[in-house]
Amino acid sequence: MHIPDGFLSAPVWGAFDVLALPALGIAARRAQRGLDERNVPLLGVMGAFVFAAQMINFPVGPGTSGHLVGAALLAIALGPAAASVVMTSILAIQALVFQDGGILSLGANIFNMAIAGVLAGYLPYRLLAHAHRASAIFLGGVLSVLVSAAFAFAELAASGVPMPRRLLLLSMGFFLVGALVEGAITLAAVGAMERLNPHWLRAPEQKTSPALRWIAAAALLLAVAGILIASRYPDGIEHLAAPSAPAWLHAPLAGYRVHGIESPWLRRSLAGAAGLILIYGACLFAGRLISRRSA
Amino acid sequence: MRYAAIEQWSRQQSVLHRRDARAKIGALLAFLIAVSTTAPASRIAFAGYALLLAAAIAAARLPFPALVRRAALVLPVAAGFALVLWFSDERARAVALLEKSFLSAVATLLLVATTPMPELLRALEILHLPRLLVLVIHFLYRYLFVISGQARRMRLAASSRGRLQFRSAAGALAVLFARSWERASGIYRAMLARGFSGQFPALAPPRWRAADAAFFIAAVLASVAVRVAL
Amino acid sequence: MPVIRVRGLRYRYPDGAQALDGVDFDLEPGECVAVLGANGSGKTTFVLHLNGLLEGEGSIEICGLGLKKQNLAQIRSKIGLVFQDSDEQLFMPTLLEDVAFGPMNLGMPREQAVARAQKALELVGMGALLHKAPYHLSSGEKRRAAIAGVLAMEPEILVLDEPTTSLDPPGQRELADLLRALPQAKLLVTHDVFFARALASRAVFFDRGRIAAEGTVEEIVARFNWTQR
Repeated sequence: MHIPDGFLSAPVWGAFDVLALPALGIAARRAQRGLDERNVPLLGVMGAFVFAAQMINFPVGPGTSGHLVGAALLAIALGPAAASVVMTSILAIQALVFQDGGILSLGANIFNMAIAGVLAGYLPYRLLAHAHRASAIFLGGVLSVLVSAAFAFAELAASGVPMPRRLLLLSMGFFLVGALVEGAITLAAVGAMERLNPHWLRAPEQKTSPALRWIAAAALLLAVAGILIASRYPDGIEHLAAPSAPAWLHAPLAGYRVHGIESPWLRRSLAGAAGLILIYGACLFAGRLISRRSA
Repeated sequence: MRYAAIEQWSRQQSVLHRRDARAKIGALLAFLIAVSTTAPASRIAFAGYALLLAAAIAAARLPFPALVRRAALVLPVAAGFALVLWFSDERARAVALLEKSFLSAVATLLLVATTPMPELLRALEILHLPRLLVLVIHFLYRYLFVISGQARRMRLAASSRGRLQFRSAAGALAVLFARSWERASGIYRAMLARGFSGQFPALAPPRWRAADAAFFIAAVLASVAVRVAL
Repeated sequence: MPVIRVRGLRYRYPDGAQALDGVDFDLEPGECVAVLGANGSGKTTFVLHLNGLLEGEGSIEICGLGLKKQNLAQIRSKIGLVFQDSDEQLFMPTLLEDVAFGPMNLGMPREQAVARAQKALELVGMGALLHKAPYHLSSGEKRRAAIAGVLAMEPEILVLDEPTTSLDPPGQRELADLLRALPQAKLLVTHDVFFARALASRAVFFDRGRIAAEGTVEEIVARFNWTQR
C-alpha cells in the first residue's frame, strides 16, 4: 500500500503533498495541546512499537500469517491526532530508510494511511464503542485498511494507471481479507492490552456530535463511491470533475500540455487531481458548516 | 538490522557528505520532480538521470553495488504494476515506471546515505515541518533499534516454544506494548530528572556555505537540463 | 549539614501497596553510601522521591532546600539521577546535545551549555565522541555518557540506580575508577556487593519499605547473608 515514486502523475502527488502538509500541521497542533512537548517520547516510542510489532506474526489459515498495520490501534490508544503524527513518522522513516514508499508520493501515502486510515480506524470506536465495543474496534481495524487501500487505488487510477476490472476486483478482494485480518488483530490486541492494564486505552468521549456522524457517513460514502467509480469507468473521475473544474486549476500546470508530452493521460490525471481536490474541499466545507451549526 | 548499513554510510566523509542537508533535500526534490515529469518515451533522458546518479554515488564514495541492491527493493512492487501496463499495451510506460521508481529510490537512498539522521531532521525542522513531527520522528528512529531488539527476543522465545497461536500473538503484542509504554515513561522520567520543563532546547542551526548553494544550483540545473534537453 | 536529609518518608502505590514505610536517611557531603536490599524492597522508589519524581508523605531536604514545587528546578540541578537503563537516559540525537540537555534546561545560553557538556564528556573520558549518536555506543560508553549528562548540571549529589547493569568486568572497573575520582556525594543503589564494597564507606539495607540496618558494607553483607555463595 506504500506507493513508491514514479507511480503517481505530477498533479496527483502534487495535490496530495499540498493537502497533507496543512492536515499534518493541524494534527500536530491538536496532538500537542498547547505548547507542551511532554508527549514526544511516548509518541516516538509508540511509533517504534508499531514498527517492531510487525515482526510478530499472527497465524491466518494454514501456512500464512498477517501482522499489525496499526492505524486503528494507535488511534484507539492515543487519540486520532496523535495517531496521525505517529503514523506519519512511521511512513517517513519507511520512505527514507527502508525504501518503502516514495518521497514525492509521501503526501499521498500520509493522506491514505496516516489521515484517512487513522480517521476511518477511529470513527467506529468513537461512534459505537458504548453500545458495541468489540464490533466497533473490529470495524475500525477493517475500515482503516479498506479506506487506505481505496484511496491508494483512486490515486493510481487518477494517475492513469490502467485498472482492468477483473484485476481491480481481485486486489480489492485481497485487501478485504487483509482488512478483516487487521480488524481481528486489532480487536485481539486491544483485549490483551486491557487485560494487562485498563488505563492505557482512551475511553471514547461520552457525547458524539452530529457533525462527526455526518463526516463518518460522508467518508464511508466517498470510499464506496471511489471504489465503484474506479472499477466501473477507468475514466470516471474525469467525467465527474472535468466540467466543474475551474479554469485556474489548469493554468499553473498548462505548461505540460504546451510541450505536448503524453497529453492524453496527463490531462486525465489533471482532471483526476482536480476532482479529488474538489471532493476534499467539499468535505472540509461541509464539515465546517455542520460543526458550526452544531456548536 | 537492515538500516545499519545506511547509518554507517551516512557517517563517512566525502564532498557530498559535507554538504548542508537542506541543499541535499532541495537537490533531491528537483531530481525527483524532473524524473516524475519526464515523458515515458524519452529513453535518453533516463540514461542521463542514471549518469547523474552514478556521478553522485562516485562523489559520495559509496559502494555502488550495495546501494543499487538496496534501491532494487522497490522493483518487485513496480514490476507488478509494470506488468499491468505492459498487458494494457502501454509498453513504454511499463518500462518508464520501472525506470522512474528505481531512479527515484536510488536518489532518495543517496540523500540518507550521505546525511546522518540528526542532520536530516534538523534541516526538516528549519524547513518548517511541524516541530512535534520532527521530534517524534527522531524518537522513533532513536528507539527503533531498542524496541525491535525486544520484539526479536520475544519472537525467538516464542518460536522456541513452537508456532504462535493467534491469541498468544495478541498477548505478545500487548506485552511489547507494555514494555514500550514503560520505556516511554522511563525516558520521560529521565528528562524530568534533568530539568525538562515542557520544551526541548533548540538545537544549533547548521551553517550554510557557498559550496552548499553551488551544489544545490548545480543539481537543479543538471536535473532540469536532462529533463528539457534529452 | 547533610546534603540529603529524609525523615519519615512514606509512600503508597496507586494500587494500595505500601512501598515506603517510614524511611529516615542522611547523606553527608562527599560521602558514598550503598543502598542494598531485595528486589521490591523500595530502593528505587526511595530514590525517585529524592528529586520529586514521586511524592510521598514525610520531609525531604536536598542541600537545605525543602522538596517543594517551587524548589523543584533547583533541586533537580543539585541532585543528579543516573538510571539503570542508559538507553532511556540518552535520547537526544548526538552525545553533545544529550549532555547539553540538562544545562540548557537550566536556562543556560547554548554556547555555555555546550562548553559544560564538552567538559563533562572529557571528564568521563569521552571527549572524542562528541558528535556520535547514542545508539553507536557500547554499554560502558552509554553508562559514562549518561553520567556525563548528569555531571554537566554540576550537581552536589550523584544517585546511581544499578550502575553496573549490563557492564562487562572491565567496564565495571572503569566505572568504579571514574566514580572514585568524582568529588560529589554518592548514593549507589545496587545488587553488586563487590562494587559496593569497592566504593561505599557505609551501607543501608532496605527491607519492606524501611531501612532495616545500617553499617559498613561488610557488616550488612554478613548480617543478611547478602552474597552469592
